[in-house]
Amino acid sequence: MSDHDYRPKSKVGQWFNDRLPLLTLANHLTDYPTPKNLNYWWTFGGILTFCLITQIVTGLTLAMHYIAHADMAFESVEHIMRDVNYGWLIRYIHANGASMFFLAVYIHIFRSLFYGSYKSPREIIWIIGIIIYLLMMAAAFMGYVLPWGQMSFWGATVITNLFSAIPLVGEGIVTWLWGGYSVDNPTLTRFFTLHYLIPFLILGLVVLHIWALHVPGNNNPVGIDIKKPSKDTVPFHPYIVIKDGFALLMFMIVFAFFVFYSPNILGHADNYIEANPMVTPAHIVPEWYLLPFYAILRSVPDKLLGVVAMLSAILILAVLPWLDTSKIRSAVFRPLYRQFYWILVADVLILGYVGAMPAEGLYLLIARVATAYYFLHFLVILPVLGFKEKTLPIPLSITEPVLGGAPNFAMAKKNKSKIE
Amino acid sequence: MSEKKTNRRDFLFTATTAVGAVGAAAVVWPMVDQMNPDASVKALASTEVDVSSLKPGNTLTVLWRGKPVFIRRRTKEEIDEARSVKLEDLIHPEKDEDRVKKPEWLVMLGVCTHLGCVPLNDKGDYDGWFCPCHGSHYDTSGRIRKGPAPWNMEIPKYEFVNANTIKIG
Repeated sequence: MSDHDYRPKSKVGQWFNDRLPLLTLANHLTDYPTPKNLNYWWTFGGILTFCLITQIVTGLTLAMHYIAHADMAFESVEHIMRDVNYGWLIRYIHANGASMFFLAVYIHIFRSLFYGSYKSPREIIWIIGIIIYLLMMAAAFMGYVLPWGQMSFWGATVITNLFSAIPLVGEGIVTWLWGGYSVDNPTLTRFFTLHYLIPFLILGLVVLHIWALHVPGNNNPVGIDIKKPSKDTVPFHPYIVIKDGFALLMFMIVFAFFVFYSPNILGHADNYIEANPMVTPAHIVPEWYLLPFYAILRSVPDKLLGVVAMLSAILILAVLPWLDTSKIRSAVFRPLYRQFYWILVADVLILGYVGAMPAEGLYLLIARVATAYYFLHFLVILPVLGFKEKTLPIPLSITEPVLGGAPNFAMAKKNKSKIE
Repeated sequence: MSEKKTNRRDFLFTATTAVGAVGAAAVVWPMVDQMNPDASVKALASTEVDVSSLKPGNTLTVLWRGKPVFIRRRTKEEIDEARSVKLEDLIHPEKDEDRVKKPEWLVMLGVCTHLGCVPLNDKGDYDGWFCPCHGSHYDTSGRIRKGPAPWNMEIPKYEFVNANTIKIG
């Protein structure tokens, strides 16, 4: 960060900045040196910020019309859909916005996995990201409960019952979470409160996420350290702002397609039936973005171990920077990792698919194999690969492959040994 | 200083921290406990059900504490089937005799012990109940026979007030 000697031009600006250096911060954000080879996979950070703001703004407006009470919640949502001016639009943006948020976050996470963005010195950025992801899942789950439809009610019942798997204190914890002996009004009101709170926690963590990012600077597709600022960087504004803006527009087209043309395709018809504690819907499935973890939960025949496996599948990501022993960041220079990466992508997609299917027969078998592979990837393949893999020579700078065609082997070797 | 001596100041630090911790815990507990079931929820502790209209082979589902309770008037075959099972074959071994007060009447919480769904009547491989959520099969005594659920369906506290009325809770 080279901009700490920044001084505003105007007298007023200087007076203000001496007392609260907001202008220094603004200058840092505009001039922030960014690797010039960032591709479109790097635009999802900006897209995610947009998603968070969209959810907060639409959520605030929905909260002005929604009533968090077991007897009135379902009706108030229908009231929003039918009576409130543009209520249908705001609610469809909010409901589909959750899916768009997860779509973007999955691309963002898999970008990190491909280009090794989680590796030293960016472990803290990564861990904050995982915490944000966990909070997103909590917010999405509780938000899904608020309309108080059949899927809301039974989804809440199944997920809160996961805690009953804890030995000895499990049942007590579940009763405590519910505020009663079943999911009921006390559960709804506390979920509403937490659903309102979590986005602001996420907002705070996003600030930390970006702060931690701005210390080492962005990783890049080549995955090498670069000097900042240098020929290898461009200032954030206008270069990245325009690129992010264009990607955001493309993303908003997809978003708008769901909102205007198929607003319910990602939901479940059962959730338009009011919650009924006497009848469980024939087929309970979570929202699409939780399906891979749901598949892992169901693939283990033991209740406690199933819950443990599901939680481990998420928490294992937090220690990923230490499980991946390879010093080379980008998969571009890791021929074997690149293949395992795509197998992992396929594995997660398969888990998502079988998570939506009934847990029996062939589906169950596939879920078990895919679950085993998921853990194998992180616990065995990644640690071993760092030692066994013969990586390709990495370039000395970002500019080199662009100007010189192939990487300069002699220099590349030297550089690699320096990294190792 | 090679030797560290405890002095008055150390004592004051420790005592202050200890008092502070106790104070913090005393304030945190009401915040935690407010989430437990409140007095009005606890007050709905018992329900009386008239079962006179129930025919053998049928199940009545009533809501008790927000949860469904199955009251099944079992047929002779169902009772025999439940009693002919060997205890070794059960995941959660319980005698049918210990699960009912009168053999004809099975009263139990209609809540799957896996993740809390309501199992379906007259379904599954054991002629009892089947949970659609994750595929647990229960027999005619509500005992878990197959699937991920760890325990038999729970028997609530209940009594026969008279021949036609069951009081749950």
